Amino acid sequence: MKKELELYVHIPFCVKKCAYCDFLSGPAGEEEKTAYTDALLREIEHVKEAYRGYRVSTVFLGGGTPSVLTGEDTARIFHALREGFDIQENAEITMEANPGTVTKEKTALWKKSGINRLSIGLQSADDRELKMLGRIHTYQEFLDTWKTVRRAGFKNINIDLISAIPGQTVQSWERTLCTAAELGPEHLSAYSLIIEEGTPFYDRYAAARNAQDSMMGKEWMPLPDEDTEREIYRMTEHILKEYGYHRYEISNYAKEGYECRHNLGYWERKEYLGLGLGASSLVREHRFHNTADMETYMRIFGGNALVPSETASVEAGKANPAGKAAEEIEIITEKEQMEEFMFLGLRKTEGISCRKFRENFGKPIEEVYGGQIRRFLSLELMKKEGDRLCLTERGFDVSNAVSAEFMM
Amino acid sequence: MSVIDQSKIRNFCIIAHIDHGKSTLADRIIEMTGLLTSREMQSQVLDNMDLERERGITIKAQAVRTVYKADDGEEYIFNLIDTPGHVDFNYEVSRSLAACDGAILVVDAAQGVEAQTLANVYLALDHDLDVMPVVNKIDLPSADPDRVKEEIEDVIGIEADDAPLISAKTGQNVHEVLEQIVKKIPAPEGDPKAPLQALIFDSKYDSYKGVIVFCRIKEGTVRKGTPILMMATGAKAEVVEVGTFGAGQFIPCDELEAGMVGYITASLKNVKETRVGDTITNAQNPCAEPLPGYKKVNPMVYCGLYPADGAKYPDLRDALEKLQLNDAALQFEAETSVALGFGFRCGFLGLLHLEIIQERLEREYNLDLVTTAPSVIYKIHKTNGEVIDLTNPTNMPDPAEIDYMEEPMVKAEIMVTSEYIGAIMDLCQERRGIYQGMEYIEEKRAVLNYHLPLNEIIYDFFDALKSRSRGYASFDYEMMGYQRSELVKLDILINKEEVDALSFIVFAGSAYERGRKMCEKLKAEIPRQLFEIPIQAAIGSKIIARETVKAMRKDVLAKCYGGDISRKKKLLEKQKEGKKRMRQVGNVEIPQKAFMSVLKLDDD
Repeated sequence: MKKELELYVHIPFCVKKCAYCDFLSGPAGEEEKTAYTDALLREIEHVKEAYRGYRVSTVFLGGGTPSVLTGEDTARIFHALREGFDIQENAEITMEANPGTVTKEKTALWKKSGINRLSIGLQSADDRELKMLGRIHTYQEFLDTWKTVRRAGFKNINIDLISAIPGQTVQSWERTLCTAAELGPEHLSAYSLIIEEGTPFYDRYAAARNAQDSMMGKEWMPLPDEDTEREIYRMTEHILKEYGYHRYEISNYAKEGYECRHNLGYWERKEYLGLGLGASSLVREHRFHNTADMETYMRIFGGNALVPSETASVEAGKANPAGKAAEEIEIITEKEQMEEFMFLGLRKTEGISCRKFRENFGKPIEEVYGGQIRRFLSLELMKKEGDRLCLTERGFDVSNAVSAEFMM
Repeated sequence: MSVIDQSKIRNFCIIAHIDHGKSTLADRIIEMTGLLTSREMQSQVLDNMDLERERGITIKAQAVRTVYKADDGEEYIFNLIDTPGHVDFNYEVSRSLAACDGAILVVDAAQGVEAQTLANVYLALDHDLDVMPVVNKIDLPSADPDRVKEEIEDVIGIEADDAPLISAKTGQNVHEVLEQIVKKIPAPEGDPKAPLQALIFDSKYDSYKGVIVFCRIKEGTVRKGTPILMMATGAKAEVVEVGTFGAGQFIPCDELEAGMVGYITASLKNVKETRVGDTITNAQNPCAEPLPGYKKVNPMVYCGLYPADGAKYPDLRDALEKLQLNDAALQFEAETSVALGFGFRCGFLGLLHLEIIQERLEREYNLDLVTTAPSVIYKIHKTNGEVIDLTNPTNMPDPAEIDYMEEPMVKAEIMVTSEYIGAIMDLCQERRGIYQGMEYIEEKRAVLNYHLPLNEIIYDFFDALKSRSRGYASFDYEMMGYQRSELVKLDILINKEEVDALSFIVFAGSAYERGRKMCEKLKAEIPRQLFEIPIQAAIGSKIIARETVKAMRKDVLAKCYGGDISRKKKLLEKQKEGKKRMRQVGNVEIPQKAFMSVLKLDDD
């Protein structure tokens, strides 16, 4: 029987970088995007042999904004993926799309390519908040996109939201949540904003906070305080529940049966292969990621740089599954596998299975993490339900502090 | 080297209030007497340690010998002895002064006479030194040299009419200082043929030469092979080398005669045998009696020093041993704390001395330290008649066994401009000071005299003084013995567990206030954790203050990095790493700096 594999394909392009975004992405010209698509096809060509023994269960085209590609380039990528990999019939195939980049023509080609799930970035239903985030669209423009993709026949759609953004109030978040939920997407993601280094937000907020100065004038709204942030976080689950969404992961909500299989795969430590600039992989307990440097990536896969005979460097079944653009290949030790099993698994509301731990590592979980588990159970940060251990609501609030305790 | 004409030697020091330009003037003198080229000149040649250069203070006495060709055409030997500039090292200052025949008094042309200036001048006059005033920093816009000259005459009572008005920084008029050194500072006296009598004013340990003794030959002659005896410690040795001080180097010579300043090495292994102030004599032909003024310096302030990383305990011991080689006043002994593990109870001359040692351990020996609250030595009179010296609050006996306690007192002199007198008197009052009197030294400035308990000034008195007077007050003190006092041991409980390293002794009347502030401080220092943490202050079993660190509310990193697990993992590892810098007490993680928070309790 073939092993299960998830595919992630990174499209490092967008119309304009958002003020909070630290993903590998930026604006580019049409030629550059097509050249990148060409390179991507070569990478697929280059690695496919090594994955003959796998059957692909999910594909995720992420970014950036993958929907900035022309419909033709997108179709070429999926054509190559289907040629190169054994993609199972009912695979979940997701593409991220952003308002302002979606046309009726594109959606038709997406459908034809076999894409069956879309993830659309709304982030906020408040136009002032959208502007402050550096988004290129208004709520109305989002709504146009929404209608376009529904009309095109997409029946599994996620809407991305961001909470705890500057100037946000409990009321404005509630409006955003309800507005999004009333549209009835199958899935909702609600991440809280993280101020990342190297973003305009970092310079505004984190740096200013460190310096204890009051640089934040009227143009920059303050970040919500801790209490507001927590209230926002708590109310999200309750409101979405009323609309028929259940929380299945720290920040993800779905209607029954519409949980994102691809993302769940990450938390369950399924094997996945990342293609494209900077994409991460986990294959046979090797973690690696492709170069994040566009020039290097294009040198390896662009033009005619790679002659087909060189693809033999990666063969099926060989110890090192990483392709030519891979960097920092890291072999996950058993200790690290246990750590990951815990902190990834605990992101899911159903938590981890003690039986599974024993199956994977040949010893009972108590032997490794007995102390931590007892402590968290007594502090009511974790709860035990049959074979499963999971975080309580309060445990989710402090999931970092809890997860850090499982690092050995 | 041939015999040097005593009349051509000048042994002197420079005294000044901190920041009045002592080291800069020393640099200029060294530069202008020509033994150093400008290229060799590093700024502030005499301050050797990084720490000294950074803080602009002199910690160890230093000496340098230069040759000056005066306007009269003769060459003179200048021995410049740089004295430590802080009250903690008062005794060292007095010994350095005793090695000199005269002193240059540097007074800032803008700031005028300060408390430390006064204290140092009195100390110099006590040693019968001729004091030669110099007004420095005349290049400052706020300089008022005429007023300062008047002040020197009125306040100190020495002639300042022909005091050179200089800028040590630019070198302006420094030549005049050199000429006055020749004319005003007396040549040394003493008979080279008399029995040897030499004053130790400093010593340092060198891994090649052993102990290097800095001394002033008062009588007699010392040369290689002379059998020597330290009269106070009784240590004996044979001289291996004698020499004089180049700038930053030792220059061996054949002999040192009466009137000269130089060094002696005698394969001594420990600076404890060559105490500052002791008299060196010839073991076979000893002098009749030692030079006056020797005393053994004892630590005044104690605190626990612990390695942040328990595994570094042996490193800390090695480092302390090495520092002690050069610093006879530093004392330490092993101790154990429930909260902090293995460490040392260390004794220091004062808080500055403590800070210097702590910084040197951290910088020169790369140690990460946790310091407990400093404590003075309390005398505990037990009901059974026994008297114990208490240096660690943890060792305080059961109150039932205590008849009464005594604490050390100091005589403090605070110089302050008139508008801040009220604020400073309030401060002294809060610190249990007993007012002794006030003298106006000029229209707008007064000297306040107080008796203060030492434990009230070792924490942050100096900072408080500066902040309440906007930097205008200056302060000096000397020890004045013990006084009976109502003292209690204040314990801190974190999550209901007593943290021994946070206990301290406090005046009963201030205990409530102190306890409350401690709890507030700790609340601010201890990060929220997964559960609620009560912080309590207690005297015996009685809780007198309480604060609560609320449970952590939100610590969630929700973002999904598209399978980039390594990144998330690094964040968690970093979080875990951060915890290593905390001390685990029971279930609670306490950051190391919390243990130091007791040091700063003034609200201002």
